[in-house]
Amino acid sequence: MAARVLVGVKRVIDYAVKIRVKPDNTGVVTDGVKHSMNPFCEIAVEEAVRLKEKKLVKEVVAVSCGPQQVQETIRTALAMGADRGIHVEVSGKDYDSLGPLQVSKILAALAKKEEASLIILGKQAIDDDCNQTGQMTAALLDWPQGTFASEVAVEGDKLKVIREVDGGLETIKINLPAVVTADLRLNTPRYATLPNIMKAKKKKITNVKPGDLGVDLTSRLEVLRVDEPPQRQAGVKVETVEDLVGKLKEAGRI
Amino acid sequence: MAIFERFTRLKSASRFLQYTTALCPAHSWAPTRGPLLRPAGWIQHRCVHGERSEASSAAPPRRPFSQVTPADLDFFRQLLPGRAITDPDVLESSNVDWLKSVKGNSEVLLRPKTTDEVSRILSYCNQRNLAVSPQGGNTGLVGGSVPVFDEIILSTALMNQILTFDSISGILTCQAGCVLESLSQYLEEQDFIMPLDLGAKGSCHIGGNVSTNAGGLRLLRYGSLRGTVLGLEVVLADGRVLNCLATLRKDNTGYDLKQLFIGSEGTLGVITAVSILCPRKPKSVNVAFLGMLQYFLTFQACRGMLGEILSAFEFLDASCMNLLEKHLKLTNPITESPFYIVIETAGSNAAHDEEKLHNFLEKVMTSSLVTDGTVATEEAKIKALWSMRERITEALRHDGYTYKYDISLSVEKIYDLVTHMRERLGDRAQNVVGYGHIGDGNLHLNITSPSKDPALLAAIEPYVYEWTSQYQGSISAEHGLGLKKRNYIYYSKTPEAVTLMGNIKAMLDPKGILNPYKTLPDDIC
Repeated sequence: MAARVLVGVKRVIDYAVKIRVKPDNTGVVTDGVKHSMNPFCEIAVEEAVRLKEKKLVKEVVAVSCGPQQVQETIRTALAMGADRGIHVEVSGKDYDSLGPLQVSKILAALAKKEEASLIILGKQAIDDDCNQTGQMTAALLDWPQGTFASEVAVEGDKLKVIREVDGGLETIKINLPAVVTADLRLNTPRYATLPNIMKAKKKKITNVKPGDLGVDLTSRLEVLRVDEPPQRQAGVKVETVEDLVGKLKEAGRI
Repeated sequence: MAIFERFTRLKSASRFLQYTTALCPAHSWAPTRGPLLRPAGWIQHRCVHGERSEASSAAPPRRPFSQVTPADLDFFRQLLPGRAITDPDVLESSNVDWLKSVKGNSEVLLRPKTTDEVSRILSYCNQRNLAVSPQGGNTGLVGGSVPVFDEIILSTALMNQILTFDSISGILTCQAGCVLESLSQYLEEQDFIMPLDLGAKGSCHIGGNVSTNAGGLRLLRYGSLRGTVLGLEVVLADGRVLNCLATLRKDNTGYDLKQLFIGSEGTLGVITAVSILCPRKPKSVNVAFLGMLQYFLTFQACRGMLGEILSAFEFLDASCMNLLEKHLKLTNPITESPFYIVIETAGSNAAHDEEKLHNFLEKVMTSSLVTDGTVATEEAKIKALWSMRERITEALRHDGYTYKYDISLSVEKIYDLVTHMRERLGDRAQNVVGYGHIGDGNLHLNITSPSKDPALLAAIEPYVYEWTSQYQGSISAEHGLGLKKRNYIYYSKTPEAVTLMGNIKAMLDPKGILNPYKTLPDDIC
């Protein structure tokens, strides 16, 4: 059975925060803005912890790539039940240009190094909405993938994954080792309770550099410009049906 | 049983029985248990009023105000084109309170936009001797926000303009009809917050909050409206506009008139504009949800270790949690406990606050004061934890007919009332729950029954008020008196005080047209 599960957790701007674009249109404002764990990553952690509680996996390792602050995110995963954490140190320009290609290379290298047999990720991050990391990681490792998972069940040395697709639900069976990406309805993440938060303080987080894993962080993408979406124009209230018809005619709609 | 019922009905109907002390419920337990703080004469006086308690929350007979005539309607329609409403469907919701417990018969709803319009309305109504019921968001819980008979409803719904905001001093001036949540949203963009927050924020108007001296969840940290309101613009009963809309932090020039109107529940004047001091938005907010066997010692520890960053300390009991799970399908974030506490910290430095909070949590966990808990720093989780406390009122509404009591007592004694009422009522009540602003010594005692039950009500009132009075508590900590509790004022205030209140009312509103039948007891007006 899968001995070790790797869970990727990304530190993103909290989804309740109002996003502001930087005045120079090169990106969004992140300084002093509340960050938290990507909601889909939370679901991934929850699933990994549940597998451990069912004694189907032995160890859950939480991984995050970024500067010092991502340690908070790893601690949250530890408080939810992960056993240990790995902080892949990426900062400055490298962090700004860090995207799915680089992260998937890192995760693939870590999976080999840690001898993980299952990787669970969130289906996408709420800041870039790429939805690529899970798929790329599977491809780099040449492992099967069960993406948009709304249910995961272990059946011997295989995984049964029910996927949410446009037409409904698709059930597939894939061999382990595999990559699974979590969709919204996979589970409801638990609240980290105080005893676990206290325990998490003592759990280990190892620091690793991308160079140590033999990963090249150069990005093939260049951000040209970031803009806010166009402001929604206010509507007009009309008093009578005649007014409505008149306004529609004015707008050339009828 | 039946004989007793007939007897009590006879008792309320025939006034000459009221002085028979043998029948007075209060007389049977003269306060020999506690210190005798009130003079003996007062007990006698209270006896008289205790006697009337069977009928005292019900409305008194209609006073001889004029009735609205077509000529009056013409005047209103001319003054407020399109905003003098007589459509019964629209009036329906303004005639009934949020709890759906009291209903008036007003036929006119006025929606002024300016102070001048309010002034002209009141001047006219004063001349014509027409009663007026001012109405904000209609979220009050004591029947004070809706007419009793055919009073004209004066709504602040269209007086929703923000006038000024000074981002250096944090002083906001706005019209009385601004919805609290809208003000919060406006301020948040400027990095400030309103000094008060309550469950009804999506509907309540700031004018209504001020005229009822609303408390809420942040009182522990920012104090009451009596401290944060810097100025008011009020229209008096005869239409005179009283402009005390200062925006000064300190102004000791003469009597502080605004204090009269704060908490006067619309009976001394109609508030049309407010200037209020707003605190900076805290950079770091944390919420902890804890379960414990008893709350008092945790409160002590909290005050000691969290000190200045503590911004809210609320509690709910296991019965509340059951209702939340049953009616609103919310899940308990932690293991079941007899009491749950919601603690909020707000400060300017995340690292500093988190360290303090974690030290506090470690201490209470290791000393077993707390049995389980969880902490949140992300907005979404914070909202989820707060909803465990904020949505109890909603859950209660689904449970049946609710009898609501809002009591102020010393922190150690507070929950005793809940256990006591549970014992006393036994199976007669469906649920007896307690929750509230324990940090302020304010308990919300709620009792539910499948439907309105006069026998249950008789077992609760006036006993609950007597119990409170015995421990020198307030029978209405923050909800006010309104219609329902007006006659119970004597449980918490002396007759001299109430008489003086009557004098002030007579001076400011000689014809008594402003929100009649509310706040002051029937024997004063």
